[in-house]
Amino acid sequence: METRARSSLFLYAVWMVAFVIAPIVLVVYYSMLDLNGHFTLANYANFFSWAYLKMTLTSFWYAFLITAFTLLFAYPTAYLLTKTKHKQLWLMLIIIPSWINLLLKTYAFIGIFGLYGPINAFLEVFGFEPKQILFTDFSFIFVAVYIFIPFMILPIFNALDKMDKTLVYAARDLGASGWTTFRRVVFPLTIDGVKSGIQVTFIPALSLFMITRLIAGNKVITLGTAIEQQFLVAQNWGMGSTIAVFLILIMVVSMLFTGNKTRGGRAL
Amino acid sequence: MSKLTMTARIYLAVVFVILYAPIFYLIFYSFNSGGTMYTFESFTMEHYAAVFEDTRLIVILINTVLVALLSGLISTIIGTLGAIGIVSLKNQKLRSTILSLNNVLIVSPDVVIGASFLILFTIIGVKLGFASVLVSHIAFSVPIVVLMVLPKLLEMNSSLIDAAHDLGATKRDVLTRVILPYIQPGIFAGFFLALTYSLDDFAVTFFVTGNGFSTLSVEIYSMARAGISLTVNAISGLVFLVTVLVVIGYYMILRRSDKDAKTEVRA
Repeated sequence: METRARSSLFLYAVWMVAFVIAPIVLVVYYSMLDLNGHFTLANYANFFSWAYLKMTLTSFWYAFLITAFTLLFAYPTAYLLTKTKHKQLWLMLIIIPSWINLLLKTYAFIGIFGLYGPINAFLEVFGFEPKQILFTDFSFIFVAVYIFIPFMILPIFNALDKMDKTLVYAARDLGASGWTTFRRVVFPLTIDGVKSGIQVTFIPALSLFMITRLIAGNKVITLGTAIEQQFLVAQNWGMGSTIAVFLILIMVVSMLFTGNKTRGGRAL
Repeated sequence: MSKLTMTARIYLAVVFVILYAPIFYLIFYSFNSGGTMYTFESFTMEHYAAVFEDTRLIVILINTVLVALLSGLISTIIGTLGAIGIVSLKNQKLRSTILSLNNVLIVSPDVVIGASFLILFTIIGVKLGFASVLVSHIAFSVPIVVLMVLPKLLEMNSSLIDAAHDLGATKRDVLTRVILPYIQPGIFAGFFLALTYSLDDFAVTFFVTGNGFSTLSVEIYSMARAGISLTVNAISGLVFLVTVLVVIGYYMILRRSDKDAKTEVRA
């Protein structure tokens, strides 16, 4: 038994050291280097400067809005899905769009929100002047919610599906209103699903950079955009790593918060 | 089963329409001879022809599929062996530490994974290109395979293994004829997820791909930054077709193994 364990763990252990531990160590190490490779804490000082703090706060604000709207639309959808007759089939239909390449879906919105796109054509029917919807906060948040919603629906659906239905009947029999039943029974029982849904939305939302570039047109700078900017444009790996360290810390906090019951980010 | 109210039906219908509208919008205009996504002039297949005539694009498509298949295969092997190893660990503390570390790459933002891998490859001296992209895809797919295989291993009755040993099976026999057949559904699920992770990845690839090597996601990104090109629409038509076929295949396998095992692979 023991020898089998050791030999089958070998490759996995190599993977873990090389691609989990080493990258984290390297990011922390690089965050303490300046452009010339000398040891410095200037990156951290820089990170706590007003310009970066403001960017971090805006990034958090956007991530919060994206997560809140995603939850707001995902929960009722998941709830209603569990009530449909062929719920597994409907769930699969919800999941399929999430399998289409992310870039293609984002690209679609460049056309849809464009000056001559269908949304503006539709608004024109009601006498509104066409205007640029692309490159606004609205378009950014809409597209992000669109991208994340299947990943929020899935864990909530699973939680709702596993819930003991008789508890709802019991609550109703004892005189609870529909809303009270939801607030005091259904929601607390599905909180784990909500938590994993938030986890797979909030951190990715903080680190978006492709959608900000294509849809928000560089107007919205998230932490992810800043990392990409520092690494690939400014070539300042030290500063980029400092922001990455901050994101890793947030991730650790969120892992503790959700009690390590992660069910896999994009998992179907 | 309670009946859905009219409002509920409308709400679900709206959600479905919004989810699918952008995809069908792209596919609809892929047949437009007009060259824009605004006015539909007449039906044409020229954009599909353009995809197949563009050798550079074909090479990128082949690269993307090759990376997905190879990374899926290799990460499935590493992940399955890893899961078997984790289950046989007696030390609970070590086991939960390993599982936490396993989840790091799943909850890590793509940008952080990409940036840290870029540092890693640069330090080791790996040339950015096919190798770095393939290794990165293997790296971020391993943990998801472990998570898919682990539940199957945990529900397996350990007396099956003891019985095999008692009946004179070698370690190799136990692995190939008892354990692997039993956890097969988990392995398949892991492989499919690894495939989709790889095909869908943009951020990590974007960081670790050099000049000269590109996957579909990265290519679409640069095309989209340059503006609207109906070739991208034609690509999305093809991708949608392949995705639907893969989903159907995945569910068929899942269904069959569900019937075999009478248990669910995933919660």
